[in-house]
Order: sequence, then structure tokens, then C-alpha cells
Amino acid sequence: MSHIKSGHEPLIRIAKRDAIAKPKAIMIRAIAVLLSLVVSGVFIFAITGLNPIRVYEVMVEGAFGTSRRSWVTIRDTMMLFCIAIGLAPAYKMKFWNIGAEGQVLIGGICTAGLMRALGSSMPTPLLLVVMACASLLGGCLWGIIPAIFKAEWHTNETLFTLMMNYVAIQLTSYCVSLWENPFGSNSVGIINQQTQGGWFPKIFGQAVSLNVIIVLTLAIGMHIYLTYSKQGYEIAVVGDSVNTARYAGINVKAVTIRTMAVSGAICGLAGFIAVAGASHTISTSTAGGQGFTAIIVAWLAQFNSAIMGLIALLLVSLQKGAIQIASQFKLNNYASNVITGIILFFILGSEFFINFRLILRGKKGGEEK
Amino acid sequence: MITFVQISQLLQSAIVFGTVIMFGALGEILTQKSGNLNLGVPGIMYLGGIAGLAAAYAYEMNTANPIGFVSLIISFVAAFAASALGGLIYSFLTITLRANQNVTGLTLTIFGAGLANLFGGMLNAMAGGVGQISIRTTSSAYRLSISNVVSLGPFASIFLSYGFMAYLAIVIAVGLFFFLGKSRTGLNLRAVGENPGTADAAGINVTRYKYVATCVGAGISGLGGLYYTMDYIKGTWTTDSTIEALGWLAVALVIFATWRPLNAIWGAYLFGVLYWLYLYIPGLTRSSQEIFKMLPYVVTIVVLLRVSMRKKREDQPPASLGLSYFREER
Repeated sequence: MSHIKSGHEPLIRIAKRDAIAKPKAIMIRAIAVLLSLVVSGVFIFAITGLNPIRVYEVMVEGAFGTSRRSWVTIRDTMMLFCIAIGLAPAYKMKFWNIGAEGQVLIGGICTAGLMRALGSSMPTPLLLVVMACASLLGGCLWGIIPAIFKAEWHTNETLFTLMMNYVAIQLTSYCVSLWENPFGSNSVGIINQQTQGGWFPKIFGQAVSLNVIIVLTLAIGMHIYLTYSKQGYEIAVVGDSVNTARYAGINVKAVTIRTMAVSGAICGLAGFIAVAGASHTISTSTAGGQGFTAIIVAWLAQFNSAIMGLIALLLVSLQKGAIQIASQFKLNNYASNVITGIILFFILGSEFFINFRLILRGKKGGEEK
Repeated sequence: MITFVQISQLLQSAIVFGTVIMFGALGEILTQKSGNLNLGVPGIMYLGGIAGLAAAYAYEMNTANPIGFVSLIISFVAAFAASALGGLIYSFLTITLRANQNVTGLTLTIFGAGLANLFGGMLNAMAGGVGQISIRTTSSAYRLSISNVVSLGPFASIFLSYGFMAYLAIVIAVGLFFFLGKSRTGLNLRAVGENPGTADAAGINVTRYKYVATCVGAGISGLGGLYYTMDYIKGTWTTDSTIEALGWLAVALVIFATWRPLNAIWGAYLFGVLYWLYLYIPGLTRSSQEIFKMLPYVVTIVVLLRVSMRKKREDQPPASLGLSYFREER
């Protein structure tokens, strides 16, 4: 930036930070979250007239008020967390996989189909393994189709994966009307309600335990894969610079396809968890927009497993809280989307203050804000 | 066999459907030409839809004898302003604060859908009774067409049986074609989208171009939502995710049209035909209909593949699409 003392110095200049101390980065993010909670509180106050402090009390009650509610919150957190884990390798490679929604649905279709077909003839533990494998394969397939075209012809993956979502949604509608039960209801209903064949068993007396175990194992595995494995390193290099990767002798095409196979497969597994471990049914809303929210979770956490888990927990508790407020005030559940949006806007904006610093007029460049 | 009347019906519903996504796509073409990939189109269309509806509702409730034309102006301005405001949030985050464009756009979609469905639900609850608001005066002003006045044959009604917004979409498309291809401002805008560094060196104010293009683009996209609530579902509100699906189709249409406004016109109608075709195919069961509804998306994928494989220079997206511009980083 050329800098001539002529009285034309702008009021605020922007300069890139080289690095930022960790506590400071965390501080900035914490301030952003706090500000967003204030704005959300004002928003809720504006439509319900509820005291903003009371708002958050009700929200905490909604998310953790009873042990049942806490478990639902945990279950949904695990779902969102699982998709974010799946997306992490793709995004680290800067492959814009917007198709998690579709990959989850395909995993869900595979699971629901097998559950209906084999629920009464196959023992549940074996069936769970079969369903998990099928959903991994289904999600994997849905993920590598765009990856192959991206690798070979540089087809825009953002738009391709987005379209694949809608193909998956229509495929789900097709299966729903095919498997309709009872006839005319336009829904699949709870599969194997009597026998509970293919449902996640209770472990330690909790139906949600298996969800937690699977997802936490995946989280640790993904952390090791991305941080310590050779493949994880290759992903990071391709993500930073394709040319560097090529120069270093990395087969970029193979890495792209392999990474999307992993990414799609884990998203498919999330569909398995959603069907066999939570809803025991399939519908076009099985993924319910979480494929999109998970992108933001993965991106904001910069693919760090622990932080992804925290952000997922924050978002899901807020959603549950907002649903509680909505039902008390006869609003609909979309209140939670508004709050999610506000919080994400603030966190996104705060990244700026982490990557850049502002220099006020008259001050010598060095001082930090 | 399919009769002429059926074809005429199919084309009419295709044009109504196409108009919704054409607005969305035209706004997004303008936005993307400035280098901003705004995935918030569905959210913006939601904002436009609900703002127009709420404004018209407020006017009709507070006026003894609401005049359709006045209400039309009020709701039109409200929809455009609310959508442009959505574009402003996106612009501020991505241009000034340099946040990631895809993530910001997706957040805008979540936010817009949430806000619209929340207020839509509240409006429906306020209306009481059947639990759905209806703004008859405004909606009929939007839907006033020549065929309401003069009775037309089936052939003429293919062209003349729509409210003014269906024609406005075409006018905007043609205007955008001349603006982007012939005017100096439009060429500057394209330079910003292709290579902001060069544009900046040539003395173009990159930030201002990006802001204005994104906000006006969002305003145009939002008109798609307005047309949907006022004309397509006749001045009511249904709390669901239809607009979101239409919004993503609008994004698909931008690619289908290879960023050319005139292609967006016939592309939109073609999507409409593909979307409604299942009603006219004999012998489809309820489940195979769902497979048929995949068509618009599959066609878009095919176009996407074809464009990327042929690598024709004039079919490519703006070169700096999706990238933030930071002058100091050149």
C-alpha cells in the first residue's frame, strides 16, 4: 500500500495479520457469540415481549430442562457433528461439497430399505452392520460422482453436488411413496415398530448411547486421519495449492476422488444413524437442512474435531431452545433458523477481526487493535 | 393422446413456474457477474415473498377500501427493499469483512427461510379462521391480465393470460442483456467479475460495483419470491420449503443459461415444462411421478458436464467467481 503523507490517509486502514495469539482469537469469537446472543435476545423480545434474560432461561430449559430433552439434544448434536466430520476432509481439500444433504438421504434410503426387508428375518446386530455398510457405500457413490467429474474435467463441484441433493430428494420421495405405510398416508411410518428390528439397541439403558459411541469414534478417527496420516497431509497440500501438490508428486485426481469417497461415506453413515438410531423412518426431511448447517460448522471450526463438536452442540441447543420458545408462544419452529442465522452471521463476521487488523488514522502501523 | 388444450395448459403453467425462477436467476446472474457467488438466493426469495405479503396485508387491514394498484406498489417496493437488504448483509460480510462467500450465502438461506416462515406462520395465525391469510385485492391486482378482460382463444391465452410480472421478467432479462453487453457500466461490472485487480488498476471502484450489483441482484431475485406469493399461490402463505427448492432451481438456471440473461428466458420456461410434464404423461403412478420430477435437476447436471467438457471460453463462469478481493493481496 503506497503511503504518502498528503492528508489523504483514510480513517481506517486494514492490514493482514501474520498470526494471532490463540487466546485473542478465542476472545474475538466469544465476543461475537455474545453479541449475537444479545441481538437474538432483542429479536425474540421484539416478537414475544419476553424479557431477554428469561428468553435464555426458557431456552436452556428447552434444551436441557429434563433428562429426555437433554438426550434429544445430544442425539441431534451427534447427527450434526457426524455430518460435519464427514465434510471436514472435503473442505480441507477446498472441495465444496454442498451435497451432504443428498449423501445423508441416500444413506438413509439404504438403511430404511434394508430395515424393511430384513428387519424380521435377520438378527439386529448383524442387520445393523449390513445397514451401516450399505449406507457407507450409498453415500460414497453419491460423493464420488461429482468428484470424478471434478478431477477429470474440472466440473464445478459446488453446483454439481447441489443438484445431486435434489436428485436424492426425489429418489427419497419415490421410495416413500413406494414403501408407504399405511396406504395413502404419504409417509413410511415407523419401521418395525413392534419388533424394533434394526433399531439401535439400548446401551447403558440409553437408546442414544450407540449414536454417541459411533460419532465420537469417528471424530477421533478423523482427527488422527487429518492430522497424522499421509493421506491427511496430502489433503492439506491439495487444499492449500494444487500446483504445489502436483510439484510434490501428489496425484491430485486420486486424492480428490479418494477424499470425496471418505466424505460421502461418512455423510451416508449419518443417514444410517438418523434412520436406525433416531427416527426409524425415512422422509425427505430426514436430512432436514443439516447437510447445509454442517458445512458452516466444519468451516468455522476449521476442521478441528473438538471445536466442530462444540459448535454443533451450541447450534443444536439453541435450536431446541428456540423450539421451546416457539411452542410457548405459539410460533413455529423456524424461530430457531432465524437465531442460527444471526449467530452464524456474527461468527462469520468475527473471522475478519481474526485475520485482519484495523489501523486508525494517525497511529503508526504496528499497534494491534 | 395429448391434445392442443393440454399443451396450452402445460405451457401456461410452465410460464408461470418459469417466471418465479427467472427472476431468481436474473438477479443471480447480475450478482455473479460481479464475482460474488451468492448461494443465498433461496433465502432472498423468501425475504422478498414474505415482505411483499406482509406489506400488502398491513395495507389491506388498515385501509377501509384498499385499492389494488396502491397495494401493488407498496408490496413491490417492500419486497425489493427487503431482498436488497438481504443482499446488503451478504455484501457487507463478503466484501467488507471478506467472509467466505459460500458459507455466507448458505447462512443467508437459513436465515431468510427462517424469518419468512416464522412471520408467515404468525400472519397465518393472526388471520385466524382457516389459519391462512389471504390478500385478495392485492393478489388480483398482480394477477390482472388481458385474458381477464377480453376472452381469448386457447392459442392467444398461451401468451396473454399472465399478470404483469411475467412480462416484467422478460423485460428485465432483455434489459440485463443490453446492460451487460453494451453499456460501459455493464462492461466495467464484468471486468470486476473477471479480474478485479485489473479493473481496480483501470480506475474502477471494485467495492462499489460489487455492492451495487449484489444488492440490486438480490432485489431482482427477491421479486421471484414476490411473484410466487402474489401470483403463483394467489396471495397466501404456506409454511414449507417450496421457495427454497425454487431458489436452488434458480441457481441451477444460472448455470443452465451459461450466465446469459436471454438464455434464462427460455431456460426458465423449459424448466417449467420439465417440472409439470409428469401431469401430462399418461400411465404414471404416484411413485414414478417423483422420478419424473428429477428432470430439471438432471438436465442441469447434463448442461454443467457439457459446459465443463467442451471448455468453450464464452460459456465459462466469471473468472474470479467466489473469490474475495483484497487489494493489498494482489
